[in-house]
Amino acid sequence: MAAAETGALPTEERVGQVVLPGDVLLLPSHPEADGERLWLGPGAALPGRLVCGPGLRSCGAGLLVTKCGLLRHRQSGGAGGGSGGAYWVDSQQKRYVPVKGDHVIGIVTLKAGDIFKVDVGGSEQASLSYLAFEGATKRNRPNVQVGDLIYGQFVVANKDMEPEMVCIDSSGRANGMGVIGHEGLLFKVSLGLIRKLLAPNCEIIQELGQLYPFEVVFGMNGRIWVKAKTIQQTLIVANILEACEHMTPEQRTQAFAKLSER
Amino acid sequence: GGWSSGSPLGPGAGAASWGGRAGSYPALSSSLRTPQSSPGLYGPAEVKISKSCTTSWPPSLLPPGVFEKNREQLIRKTCEAVILGTLHPRTSISIVLQVISDAGALLACCLNAACMGLMDAGLPMKSLFCGVTCALDSTGAITLDPTAKQEKEARAVLTFAISSMERQVLMCTSKGTCSVEELQQCIAAAQRASGAIFQFYRDSVRRKYSKT
Repeated sequence: MAAAETGALPTEERVGQVVLPGDVLLLPSHPEADGERLWLGPGAALPGRLVCGPGLRSCGAGLLVTKCGLLRHRQSGGAGGGSGGAYWVDSQQKRYVPVKGDHVIGIVTLKAGDIFKVDVGGSEQASLSYLAFEGATKRNRPNVQVGDLIYGQFVVANKDMEPEMVCIDSSGRANGMGVIGHEGLLFKVSLGLIRKLLAPNCEIIQELGQLYPFEVVFGMNGRIWVKAKTIQQTLIVANILEACEHMTPEQRTQAFAKLSER
Repeated sequence: GGWSSGSPLGPGAGAASWGGRAGSYPALSSSLRTPQSSPGLYGPAEVKISKSCTTSWPPSLLPPGVFEKNREQLIRKTCEAVILGTLHPRTSISIVLQVISDAGALLACCLNAACMGLMDAGLPMKSLFCGVTCALDSTGAITLDPTAKQEKEARAVLTFAISSMERQVLMCTSKGTCSVEELQQCIAAAQRASGAIFQFYRDSVRRKYSKT
């Protein structure tokens, strides 16, 4: 069995299973693009473009897994071709690596002339220009101090360059980004929990909203900022968000029931 | 990336830990039985110098001697061969291994702990690796995973780092004398034994992901 585990296996069989670095996933071979064969059935799939997502690299025989986690697959749109779509590895991580377009919460650490240095939890600090705020001009500078919390998105984030972030979107509007208020609580969770909470129709957020009204900002770098009416409610919301990573849905409903009694 | 010691990497640099602690896994299985070590992983983090090459062994009572430094280099070279460093240029990755108890085969245990730590932290790797120790006694019989007593009495003690990619040998270190044929036999035995260790990795990871 050990030999079969480490040998190359067809990719479809491994979707949803745990894969380890060094596993080679064979791609289903597909016939050449030929007009007559397109409609022949599941065997002659449309050769679509295969997207190799995080945790995978293409190697000679197929895909090489580089991180341990669960293998996931999403079909591309259009004809349900087996060879199109995206594969990626869902891995649990605590350390954030900046990705372009991600919305993150950063802490201003340095104010140097025209730019701010923002700690986003990655290997390098991101730079944020003072003009990258809504309504900011050379005369009208934004009121940002060292230690402030910033919610922004990356415009430049690759492994070769220092990451750069901005607090406006492409049309020049803030769209919720900018300096976060001085009250509230910032805490760190794992990246997988953030992805879970940001999924559409997340039950945890809806249930929490019925408990107390609160404001929350999720940063893709694992940071969450919470503010409720009183400090006690803020701490309760923060504790629940931290703990719900390890709780099953039943435990969660129990916890909410206990809290709403008070 | 290079390695750096536990000392601060620079102001504002990512001192936050990169991943979980593989100490949350059960200490290496009874088939390895012997020493326990718990790894912590820091990185990728900012480096002040472009190449930071110092490695550190948490000093127990004495400062690191030549043997400890040699062990660090062996572990470092093995990790460098496996980590995809090109994805994180200008960063340093620190692996801190703490020896909880030493009952023989320490280097192999540290290699296994380092690999589990790298896996747990989510650093991109080309393959997994494991450490296996062989002891050759005076009759030429091979004992895998020897105890400290067996290591002392053995004619030669060899440690191999085996990669999960076709069981290639990544690192080999030996103490004592042995013939070339015996070396080949030891390599073959270690490669066979590595299968059990890789299966343990797989089971641990399965258990971890089944909880979510």
